[in-house]
Amino acid sequence: MQEPAADGAAQFCDQCGEPAATAGHERCAVRRSLEPPRFCPQCARRMVVQVDPFGWQARCSRHGETHS
Amino acid sequence: MSISTTSTSDRAGNPAAGDILATARGQVLERGEGLTREQVLQVLQLPDESLDDLLALAHDVRMRWCGPEVEVEGIISLKTGGCPEDCHFCSQSGLFASPVRAAWLDVPMLVEAAKQTAKTGATEFCIVAAVRGPDERLMNQVAAGVAAIKDAVDINVACSLGMLSEDQVTRLAEMGVHRYNHNLETARSYFTNVVTTHTWEERWETLRLVREAGMEVCCGGIVGMGESLEQRAEFAAQLAELTPDEVPLNFLNPRPGTPFGDLEQMSGPDALRTVAAFRLAMPRTVLRFAGGREITLGDLGARQGLLGGINAVIVGNYLTTLGRPAESDIDLLGELQMPIKALNETL
Repeated sequence: MQEPAADGAAQFCDQCGEPAATAGHERCAVRRSLEPPRFCPQCARRMVVQVDPFGWQARCSRHGETHS
Repeated sequence: MSISTTSTSDRAGNPAAGDILATARGQVLERGEGLTREQVLQVLQLPDESLDDLLALAHDVRMRWCGPEVEVEGIISLKTGGCPEDCHFCSQSGLFASPVRAAWLDVPMLVEAAKQTAKTGATEFCIVAAVRGPDERLMNQVAAGVAAIKDAVDINVACSLGMLSEDQVTRLAEMGVHRYNHNLETARSYFTNVVTTHTWEERWETLRLVREAGMEVCCGGIVGMGESLEQRAEFAAQLAELTPDEVPLNFLNPRPGTPFGDLEQMSGPDALRTVAAFRLAMPRTVLRFAGGREITLGDLGARQGLLGGINAVIVGNYLTTLGRPAESDIDLLGELQMPIKALNETL
């Protein structure tokens, strides 16, 4: 999962979009090394993600862009 | 299981390892004639104990008929997601509940990705779009992108834009696209288990048009989608019949939300046997390690594959997932004393 934002608000799993505090994110943790984030950690919206050969950019319509 | 050239079958009734390996040594290594469908099946049925011998033979075949060079490629998604087709392995189909959202890449970002790819020593840069076939908007975007890349970067440009009309094939050739990727994906007999929105024959027709237009043909697929070993051998034989310039070999990476999302990953030994079998079926082709190798084979798999028949790699990330760092593969090639194929040596 991405590092929490400065206000400490990583409330959702960036892989499955479910609340980060709940159990059952073992597969998400494994997947994360080879997957870009798909869900905004702040609001769980699906993000528009562009992968390029050497990185990724992810954009949440509400919380803006993050990148590798 | 010990290797014997005199035994004829094991307890399961499968041909003995020594028989098919000895046959392959004479037929493929010495004469350069690929294995038949039935022979490929025998290779796929070899026990794990024979794997090292099989990989060594596949490596010898690759070195004899292709040489030590490795072709390095980067790929990028120009248009991601929202595809109307139902390829059951694909997270970019708009028909499945996949988390992948539609996205378009602009030309400056495309050129930047090509520049970064070229810096690794790669000679190939493939532009991919998740579509049934290109519409006019996409063709114009590709034309602008290819022209901008050719102005800025010394690298071969390939495309993968789905099924093409004759006119579109001609236009891509005129743009200077030197190779076109269109995978048959799986054996003809298994295709309807994987895709229902178009046919295997439609894909074959696009490949025929590509070859007629003088572009190089890149055609492979994905293994580990539930096909039988017989169907995997059938697929290798059908690819061999096509005589593609390049065969990208993917291993299923089950994607969340797709019909194949819950399939088990292929085992490492099965994946390596498949690599070697495809090399023995197509001794002269560019056989490329493509998607899924990281999760199927791990870091060790890159080395085993390159010493087991592979002579091309995709470096860096894939279309929607991440790959090994490009430096890891480039360093490995140096360690294995396998030079990166230079631009003037490409087909």
